[in-house]
Amino acid sequence: MRFVDEFRNPEIITRTAEELRRLADPARHYRFMEVCGGHTHAIYRFGLKDVLPRNIELIHGPGCPVCVLPMGRIDDGLSMARESNVVFAAFGDMMRVPGTQGSPLQHKAHGVDVRVVYSPSDALKLARANPDKHVMFFAIGFETTAPSTALTLIRAKAEGIRNFSVFCNHVTIIPAIRAILDSPDMRLDAFIGPGHVSTVIGCRPYEWIAVNERKPVVVSGFEPLDMLQSILMILRQMNAGEARIENQYKRVVPWEGNRAALKAMAEVFQLRPYFEWRGLGFISQSALRIRDEYAEWDAEQRFHVPGIRVTDPKAAQCGEVLKGVLKPAQCKLFGCECTPEHPVGALMVSTEGSCAAYYNYEHRKTMVTSIAPVA
Amino acid sequence: MCLAIPGKIVELVPGSQHLGTVEVVGVRRKVDLGLLQDNMPVPGDWVLIHVGFAMSKISEADALDQMRTLAMLGETELAMEEVQGYGLGDSGEHEKPN
Amino acid sequence: MAEISAPVVRFREPQIEMAHGAGGKASRRLIEGLFVPLLSSGTAESLGDAVRVEISGAQIAITTDSFVVKPLSFPGGSIGELAVNGTMNDLAVSGARGEAMVVTYVLEEGLPTNLLEAEVRAMGDAARRAGVRIVGGDTKVVEHGKADRMYISATGIGRPLPGIKIDPLSVRPGDRVILSGPIGDHGITILLARGELDFEADLRSDTRCILPLVEALVKAAGPGIHWMRDPTRGGVATSLNELARDCRLGINLLEDNVPVRDAVRGACELLGLDPLHIANEGQFLAVVAPEYADLSLNALHMTDGGQEARIIGDVREQPAGSVLVTTGYGGSRIVDMLVGDPLPRIC
Repeated sequence: MRFVDEFRNPEIITRTAEELRRLADPARHYRFMEVCGGHTHAIYRFGLKDVLPRNIELIHGPGCPVCVLPMGRIDDGLSMARESNVVFAAFGDMMRVPGTQGSPLQHKAHGVDVRVVYSPSDALKLARANPDKHVMFFAIGFETTAPSTALTLIRAKAEGIRNFSVFCNHVTIIPAIRAILDSPDMRLDAFIGPGHVSTVIGCRPYEWIAVNERKPVVVSGFEPLDMLQSILMILRQMNAGEARIENQYKRVVPWEGNRAALKAMAEVFQLRPYFEWRGLGFISQSALRIRDEYAEWDAEQRFHVPGIRVTDPKAAQCGEVLKGVLKPAQCKLFGCECTPEHPVGALMVSTEGSCAAYYNYEHRKTMVTSIAPVA
Repeated sequence: MCLAIPGKIVELVPGSQHLGTVEVVGVRRKVDLGLLQDNMPVPGDWVLIHVGFAMSKISEADALDQMRTLAMLGETELAMEEVQGYGLGDSGEHEKPN
Repeated sequence: MAEISAPVVRFREPQIEMAHGAGGKASRRLIEGLFVPLLSSGTAESLGDAVRVEISGAQIAITTDSFVVKPLSFPGGSIGELAVNGTMNDLAVSGARGEAMVVTYVLEEGLPTNLLEAEVRAMGDAARRAGVRIVGGDTKVVEHGKADRMYISATGIGRPLPGIKIDPLSVRPGDRVILSGPIGDHGITILLARGELDFEADLRSDTRCILPLVEALVKAAGPGIHWMRDPTRGGVATSLNELARDCRLGINLLEDNVPVRDAVRGACELLGLDPLHIANEGQFLAVVAPEYADLSLNALHMTDGGQEARIIGDVREQPAGSVLVTTGYGGSRIVDMLVGDPLPRIC
């Protein structure tokens, strides 16, 4: 077993899709939110909309760390990177994200030392290899990624590596789901829960959604069969009039999560009182900062951080798309002023942002007119 | 939001407390196993890898269970149709002893 | 006399970035927006890998390319070999047999002579294998730190192969798309050879001269061949998007038919990349009329190095100007040109 190909089996996919059609009430319109941007990406990457019943609508949620990061934080990070002797290390996802004065890649073009890393531990390795430079790791991500940053900081402290720091932009998923559910124009029937976040936090943190909001949550894997099975489980709950937390992704997600990962996070991070989310505004207790015990490795304490705030362009309707009120193509800027190459709004920034995914994978499927040659 | 994929532990790196070599379809990399310290994997185990860290052990039993559940989808209905095709269950006749 | 209008430079980006050299959308904007208006003779030819010129009545195909690769040598090849194969391949897919090359070496002050000698040898060997003569060259040395060890620029001329005309406008709905072999080997090999990712795999660059394969194809199916391209930077997706745009038709690929080696697939999964966007240096795409598809495939299968050729899709009216990939279970997605260089992602 490879744990990948098995879950892309065409025959079983076709059969699961038939079962979905049998279970879905043709008189109803279903609105399910996949919280995680990885799911959004998978839905488009695998073309799952083509196999789902037409009356099941998937709303793309806030779980894209690049998309929800305010532009001001990118400006802050790059302002530190411009200081002499600093190496700016970040995941590839961050490299084309625009700040007001350009993206990390554009800064690289101006001679700023910008490096792509695959892992926070690779950033620490850069610091070990370049003792005469300061390596600042631009940390992003939800609870899936935060433990890796935490463990990297624990190792940096234990080894006494002092030319290394983290600019912490880690966020937490539950407050974002709450903010979306609190929005008055929100109509959702159920949630496809974020599988990889749940390897860390487990399934309990979603219980209030079932209990208080009476909406099913199925924690889901990312292969086509995982997602189809999760939708099947949601439909079965709805048909039975239930609202429960179910774990479709049992092979990977323990119900209680990963204690060692949570412990590492608690050792290094504490909740910020509030944090700004692109498209959603300020959400209280929705992000992590580095504890004072690790101040020496906290870029925000080591460097002067300008604390730049950038208001999103008014015309970009990211908030509405994020909440599922508008579809990506219904935004006024979609595909004209706002494209993956020149993103204006948050959701066009990362390939897993719903607008970028829609633009890249879906958009032209429905366009019937031929594309005119450049005049 | 998080790209994480399954890989097989092929070796625990000698002389290190927390590093293991994983293989993902012919590609090998050292990953940090520190987040699994409560339940350290051994060579042959499958783990979920995210940004160079093993996040979770993958249970083959649960995966097989899922595949069985999915493979059975629709079969119950098919079996019912077949049974009806034999003309069974449409009268009480067959329930008579002998 | 026709009025001569001033050329319109549409390229307005303030600075050159890596993406402008990566072979994707940004490269195309630069070429069409700056180079073509100022340098082209004004005919709206499609921007192929090589062009035909007529000199004293003789048809000549000409191409030029620069080679910048880090590291200089990698599993399966090195920059000197790449320069010969790349030039020959650009000529081959434009329907020409490379006959002669001139090369320029730009060297960084301090480059160890043994490294240079190794690359000159590799170039000589590759040229002999490919059957092309290197007839001239130039050497420049720049100050230490002003270049990364060695760059090679190569120009090749070739003789058009008889009985073939490459023109995207001759592509018709129903035509088949043929790929010569597995994709992504070169791009992933280079990515891993840089060592920054700490990945290991038994993978080699696919760099080779594809002329023998092209010649076999032309011999078997010449009149049926409508278009060819070697999918280098930007990969198969970028080449086919260029075709889709030029012929204003849709290209439909069957994902399961596109050959990808395990290690390439594994690296792409780990890094969140699409093999369709990864560079190749020894493969080519051909679009052939449906009645020639089997002949073409047979010809490739009978030729050394062509055993893994496959029909990976076909040309349709829709989605016009785009490439659509369909999965084994009927899901589909649009695959665009690559934007910039492929970057590993964690999201």
